[in-house]
Amino acid sequence: MLPGFKLTLGFTLFYLGLIVIIPLSAVFWKTSSLTWHDFWNTVTLPVAVASYRLTFGASFFAALVNAFFGFIVAWVLVRYDFFGKKLIDALVDLPFALPTAVAGITLASLYAKAGWIGRWLEPLGIKIANTELGVFVALTFIGLPFIVRTVQPVLEDLDPELEEAASSLGANRWQVFWRVILPMLSPALLTGFTLAFARALGEYGSVIFIAGNIPLKTQITPVVIMGELDMFDYAKATAIAVVMLVASFILLLGVNILQWWTNRHNTTNLA
Amino acid sequence: MTPAATTLHTPHRVAHRQPTTEAPWVRRLLIGTALGFLSLFLFIPLVSVFVQAFAKGVGFYIHTIGDPMALSAIKLTFIAAGIAVPLNCVFGVCAAWTIAKFDFPGKNVLLTLIDLPFSVSPVISGLIYVLVFGAQGWLGLYMNADNPRLPWLANWLNDHNIKIIFAVPGIVLATIFVTFPFVARELIPLMQAQGRTEEEAARVLGASGWQTFWRVTLPNIKWGLLYGVILCNARAMGEFGAVSVVSGKIRGETNTIPLHIEALYDDYNFTGAFAVASLLAFLALVTLVLKTWVERKNAALNEI
Repeated sequence: MLPGFKLTLGFTLFYLGLIVIIPLSAVFWKTSSLTWHDFWNTVTLPVAVASYRLTFGASFFAALVNAFFGFIVAWVLVRYDFFGKKLIDALVDLPFALPTAVAGITLASLYAKAGWIGRWLEPLGIKIANTELGVFVALTFIGLPFIVRTVQPVLEDLDPELEEAASSLGANRWQVFWRVILPMLSPALLTGFTLAFARALGEYGSVIFIAGNIPLKTQITPVVIMGELDMFDYAKATAIAVVMLVASFILLLGVNILQWWTNRHNTTNLA
Repeated sequence: MTPAATTLHTPHRVAHRQPTTEAPWVRRLLIGTALGFLSLFLFIPLVSVFVQAFAKGVGFYIHTIGDPMALSAIKLTFIAAGIAVPLNCVFGVCAAWTIAKFDFPGKNVLLTLIDLPFSVSPVISGLIYVLVFGAQGWLGLYMNADNPRLPWLANWLNDHNIKIIFAVPGIVLATIFVTFPFVARELIPLMQAQGRTEEEAARVLGASGWQTFWRVTLPNIKWGLLYGVILCNARAMGEFGAVSVVSGKIRGETNTIPLHIEALYDDYNFTGAFAVASLLAFLALVTLVLKTWVERKNAALNEI
């Protein structure tokens, strides 16, 4: 029997409690100082409701765009050979490694009227900086690696014999893709989508510079919370934070159930 | 190989290669789409950081980085990461040891709780420490209470003017919170896959607990540990939202590198902001290189 169980479990629980559990519980303690009526009025303020709509909407579309392009990137990286592939494979994780404030000012400058990308969109009448589209662009950037990194390993492990069997039975490439490959990849795709969506919901640093700070228009929920904090209205900030926290916990639960279901699904397939 | 086998082999290969790959034009279209998307979202932003950092020349760049405010931000970032990374490293090893080497009820709950900080918005990560240690929070209420429990503690806190929020300790705590799961999350699956047979063998042969850890476990997990530390450090040095809530943004005192970038940007000193940002972008590139290197080492280790 190995030693150290009590010591390591004890330290793990102590540190977890001190750093995570106790501070997080302060959110619910602070909210309980509000009456139900005040809580409801705060979380349904027009600024808050507009911010939920923008945060959830932009996160959803950013994750959707990433699901499409991320899938293509994963496919290209696994199936084809081309110049610079290894470099690109390593760079896919850049949004994980690049601090959000750096990403934020970079995207803001690129998509500004005179920016490298913004100047080409300006004549077309497309404005990105200080609009909802800016929020979408920033959330697409930070969600990019999630789909690639969840689909890539599954695609690598995909047994080519299944594709061969399908095509020898007369399926064309397009049918093989829709009927054989995509169904096997869909759990990974869905997990990646949920992870990118969950990450985008809470994002702050990369969004604020490009989105500006226009109430009811480009304020995401974390910015609304920040605004209340700047006015030292902690009760209001906390009430809106509770809404965000509950949404993220539900998503976290969803990801766990999804992964559990995928694992079970895979083992039954093997059996 | 007999001649008959060779002749059979060749048509077979042709027959099965064709249906499992795409027409050349489809391939080119997909590679083109992937490269176009990545250029727009990765290459162009990355290049633009460095181009804009040197827009006013090397002299301005050095001047911006050498500014006392910038140096103070760099120092504070190193302090925060220097405390948060080792602490989370010790925690990660402890958590992985207890979860991977022992069986106990509630393990899945523990795993979920360890991952929790990843699903909390950075702004909320800062907010929770304001609620605990701020003037309107638990600590503030305790220090200002008329009849506090443990009066000596309240007096001591007041006498020493203990300040956590809008000061360095708050920044360190918020950094610890946002980087909390990194090392544990790398080590837990790795140590679970390795099992406990090697450690049990060492024990049977007479090694003490510490000897087993240092001589058997640590060499097995060193690359995973390094990987976790690299990711943890990158996030610790780059954290913006959580730190921005607890810092108070006093220039030269409680500004970290990301907060200093924001301050320069808000002053319309864009070149200055990008000069400082290039330091963090360079750190991100170093992180990616190290990460790729460790992944190769790991793959080589798994093949043996």
